[in-house]
Amino acid sequence: MAFKFKGVDFIGFDALLSEDERLTRDTARQFIEDNLIPVIEECNREGRFPRELVPQMGELGFFGANLHGYGCAGMSNVEYGLVMQEFERGDSGVRSFVSVQSALVMYPIYTFGSDEQKDYWLPLLARGEKLGCFGLTEPDFGSNPGGMRTRARKEGDEYVLNGEKMWITSGTIADVAVIWAKVDDEDGRVRGFLVETDRPGFSAYDVHGKWSLRASVTSGLSLQDVRVPAKNLMPGTDGLKAALMCLNQARYGIGWGAIGAAMSCYDTALQYSQVRKQFRDQPIASHQLVQEKLTWMITEITKAQLLSLQVGRLKDAGKVEHQHISMAKRNNVWMALECARLARDILGGNGITDDYPIMRHMMNLESVKTYEGTHDIHTLIIGQSITGVPAY
Amino acid sequence: MKILVCIKQVPQKDVPLKLNEAGTWIREDVSYEVNEPDAYALEEALRQKEKHGGEVVVVTAGPARAQQVLREALAKGADRAIHLEDDKFAHLDSVNTARAIAAAIAGESFDLIVTGLQSDDFGAAQTGVLLAEILGLPHATIIIGIEKTDSGLRLKRELEAGHYQWIEMPSPAVLTIQSGINKLRYASLIGIKQAKNKPLRKVAWAEVEPKLGKNLQQIERLYVPVKQKKTEMVEGPPAEVARKVVEYLKNSARVL
Repeated sequence: MAFKFKGVDFIGFDALLSEDERLTRDTARQFIEDNLIPVIEECNREGRFPRELVPQMGELGFFGANLHGYGCAGMSNVEYGLVMQEFERGDSGVRSFVSVQSALVMYPIYTFGSDEQKDYWLPLLARGEKLGCFGLTEPDFGSNPGGMRTRARKEGDEYVLNGEKMWITSGTIADVAVIWAKVDDEDGRVRGFLVETDRPGFSAYDVHGKWSLRASVTSGLSLQDVRVPAKNLMPGTDGLKAALMCLNQARYGIGWGAIGAAMSCYDTALQYSQVRKQFRDQPIASHQLVQEKLTWMITEITKAQLLSLQVGRLKDAGKVEHQHISMAKRNNVWMALECARLARDILGGNGITDDYPIMRHMMNLESVKTYEGTHDIHTLIIGQSITGVPAY
Repeated sequence: MKILVCIKQVPQKDVPLKLNEAGTWIREDVSYEVNEPDAYALEEALRQKEKHGGEVVVVTAGPARAQQVLREALAKGADRAIHLEDDKFAHLDSVNTARAIAAAIAGESFDLIVTGLQSDDFGAAQTGVLLAEILGLPHATIIIGIEKTDSGLRLKRELEAGHYQWIEMPSPAVLTIQSGINKLRYASLIGIKQAKNKPLRKVAWAEVEPKLGKNLQQIERLYVPVKQKKTEMVEGPPAEVARKVVEYLKNSARVL
């Protein structure tokens, strides 16, 4: 049986947090412990998104938590990050769902939307009464979104959208899709549209056969002559940069989230190693090779915490740059994946079953490593920032 | 209803504890949390306020770190907080803690005072009862249900072996609450933000010191139980061995 999570804090990290930050983290931790942990293995097995948790998530303010007004909690970015950490300690898929709702749907409406769009959508999305998805990636354009084929054509007071989107979290459960398209009359400038998913010509289908993020919905979207009123265009979107700004928000949360997955793996491996006995009736925690693995994990988790905290502090001070966020996302997801693999090793055969969360985290993290800017793309972002030379 | 909730901050359950060098208490570099029965007392107070209106005030006595439990209570919906803030408050016995709280709330009148039935660290189960005595109020312990009536309160008390008792008493009164009486709420993120703007009054040691006396209880020594293995061989004919074993189980081990 899995162990009760005991928290991970090797160097008194909590002392770097304010009372509010700790309280926010503890609230999210308790919520996940009480509500997600009891059902997550079943959800993962069945490939089921635990939608029943959405109303309470909304009530507690987990959606768009770092936005101000419109029923949002107005959290700092560090507090928001700690919530992401706790959600991903539960499951990357459920954290992805919250990331999309918050950073990829509510954030663009908040940042680029008209007052009418903000007033209508943000309170509904904050309460979880409406769900959203973010359509940027296409079947043929992942790391290079600038090549997108989705087009918007203006006809009178309407835009007509055509195109295909792929790997879209929450696609089939969304009420509104943030669709990025090149506008024909504007020299192919990329702009963002709010597309209600019940409009004629819009369809979404689930991606089946996933071995990762099984507790969240992943979809493909198809838009065939979908007509939306011109007021559904988000007026502040001006080129691909707007979409990339959204991704920056989400990536920031992922940097924190990965720490949560790593903590879950480390804590499980530590507790397991203390009760599993082998050779002379001694716990395997007393073996040097096991200690080496646990030491590696706690060291990397601790470094990741400090990295994310500093990036969060910069973000709160309005000084963060995208390469900082890239470093947190790239490093932390990598180290979490390595932690999952080491933890699996420590648990031996038990590590591959869903009696323990390790294998689920490991498979989830394979997606997390790729989405929101692949590990390699973040390498190039950091490379460009230090050398001044783009190498894409 | 104006309700006071007395809350204590205690070391987190399940954290590994180490003794301090003097062997008189634990090392304090651990994580802390709200004493569990106090969390239920707060929840009950918030529910009573939601039913009958009024105000919920939370109070704690302890070092600066104890403010965390007040912030959490404010985030969950308490209206204001009182913090008797000093390291010295952590070392008071139950009677002095009750005296300090009574002194801090002098001048206020509450319709109801609730607290957990005991603390998870000392477990004396005395502070609530002593507070009632000092304030000259009636009290009832181990409460698992509260109904407000025209004349006062109708209360459900937990007895032993699954039995319980309904009692009526006048208010104002002091009640000590059993864990599990209700389902605890979470602090919402908006609640956490709003808590910042709620009043928190600090009471210094000097303000209540005149009301305090000498601690009547103190911990002389704390130690980890020493494990002992002792084997006694019982020999003789089977009937004799059986008689001796039964005698041992009855009189020495006292399990029969």
